[in-house]
Amino acid sequence: MPVARSLLNPRPGPFRPDFWRSPLRGPWLTSFLGTLLVPTITVIAVTGFISHWAYHPELAGNATINPSFDIPVFFQLPQSWPSWDYAVTQGTHITLGLMTVPLVLAKLWSVIPKLFTRPIVRNLATALERLSLLLLVGSVLVEFATGILAVEYYSLPRFDFYAIHYYGAWVFGTVFVLHACVKLPTVRRAYRARGVLGPLRASLLETKPEPPGSSELAPVKPASPTISRRGLLAMVGGASLTIFAVQVGESIGGPFRRLALMAPRGRVFGTGPNDFQVNTTAASAKISQMATGSAWRLEVVGATTLSLGRQQLLAMAQATETLTISCTEGWSTTQHWTGVRLIDLARLVDAAPGAILHAVSLQREGLNRYASLTHEQYSDERALLALRVNGADLSPDHGYPARVIVSGGPGVHNTKWVCELRFEPA
Amino acid sequence: MRGASLLGHFRRRYGANPLHLAAHLLVFAIAFFAIDRIASDGGLAELIALYIGFAIAHDLIFLPAYSALDRAARVALARLPARRPGPVPAINHIRAPALISGLLLIIYSPLISRKADRGYFLSGGHHIEGYLRNWLLISAVLFLGSGLVYVLRVRRAVVNGR
Repeated sequence: MPVARSLLNPRPGPFRPDFWRSPLRGPWLTSFLGTLLVPTITVIAVTGFISHWAYHPELAGNATINPSFDIPVFFQLPQSWPSWDYAVTQGTHITLGLMTVPLVLAKLWSVIPKLFTRPIVRNLATALERLSLLLLVGSVLVEFATGILAVEYYSLPRFDFYAIHYYGAWVFGTVFVLHACVKLPTVRRAYRARGVLGPLRASLLETKPEPPGSSELAPVKPASPTISRRGLLAMVGGASLTIFAVQVGESIGGPFRRLALMAPRGRVFGTGPNDFQVNTTAASAKISQMATGSAWRLEVVGATTLSLGRQQLLAMAQATETLTISCTEGWSTTQHWTGVRLIDLARLVDAAPGAILHAVSLQREGLNRYASLTHEQYSDERALLALRVNGADLSPDHGYPARVIVSGGPGVHNTKWVCELRFEPA
Repeated sequence: MRGASLLGHFRRRYGANPLHLAAHLLVFAIAFFAIDRIASDGGLAELIALYIGFAIAHDLIFLPAYSALDRAARVALARLPARRPGPVPAINHIRAPALISGLLLIIYSPLISRKADRGYFLSGGHHIEGYLRNWLLISAVLFLGSGLVYVLRVRRAVVNGR
């Protein structure tokens, strides 16, 4: 009566418990993959929040998220740190984020039988857990996808990247913590039964499925193994290392940039003083040659107001600093900048003690048209109004006639094509 | 005793302890607030569709698709006329480079397909160029390297077996 039985069988295909046959799936494998994700996701989340706060959202015009719906700033990278501190945290956020994609997909692969487990809910507790899992899977994919698309300049229609990625992190972060807590007993049981690293010692011939009664994840009818558990983890790790190899050069810069074969900013365009990576070209910022020509003046506003031309700025005391620009997209570039110290300009106009610096660009649209810097940021000896770079005048794409360059923080706060520096009492 | 029996009653009806319920409600409240914030400029329905859409696309399309590819590769290998069962399974020497190459294709698809060229050009001043070539080169190196390791492993197994 096989026909009749199959007609009566209420569970077709993947809903049958014996449909999922991989001998590797089981509570140990899922626990181990989950354990690896805890530190990785934590580092990605912490570096993400550091970046959010590095914008100094508490200052006018800096917030990427409406501050009345945001949590307070908890932590700032100290201003005394090297100028590449944000390059390290943000490079880590992007590179580690990309390297974690194989791990996330492996984790999702390991738990796929759960999606088809019947009954869907046994009680209210399992119903809530199911709902949280839908949020967990949806939010991890949305979080990674929005991040990946943003660093590759593909904008998501309808949604603001900052909102979807930042609040998406709230969703993913909180559900992730909840999931880790709920599953902690399961993980401990799995490690007690097999040892934390025990199954990694098994070669292919020694690889045995986990007992079917131990969890819904272990196969009821396991196929014979074609790869060991350590083989699977080696493939996942190999994928992460490959991503690292083709990506990280854009964050380190220098000779390593050429090695970043797939990174968005992995190309080198020349050896000239201005041939380094550009974020927002003069053309796309709609900066006209007229506005930056001999008619250009810089208004410096404090207790008094000064209007300075480029020649007057060049006649002032010049300083040269080696500073890193690091983009929120994860790439960085270190150059030698020459110009007037911002603190000298502040003194020149009798800026109020502790004043905030508002740097205004000729750029009229977009986030970069305006940025506010803290007193600490602009009074740092290394903070310049740069006029030249690597011994040459700034090119139009790098902000000619003058740009702000400060130590640390997101690159977009180094306002280009500056037309006004306003020191406002805090 | 009364407290214990109340707790037991709750556990039986709900399915877990009260902390489980409290933690879930707290997380759902935060998640809903956050989702509502994102939705303020894109629309709540679209956003929920995006979240559920990603979960469904992964679970019901992407995962079955790569599982089917893996199965096809195993079936194809099993059908190869082999003089004797190989001492080293060949499948993993296809799986590993295919997995890495496939992941690179997914992660860098906006660059490989040049779909992101507009934003890329506005930001950096250059058009997307060379990513498809680099991906093909990396993939070729991965497959060749994996094949080479396979040949070496088979040789060693044959020598050791003698």
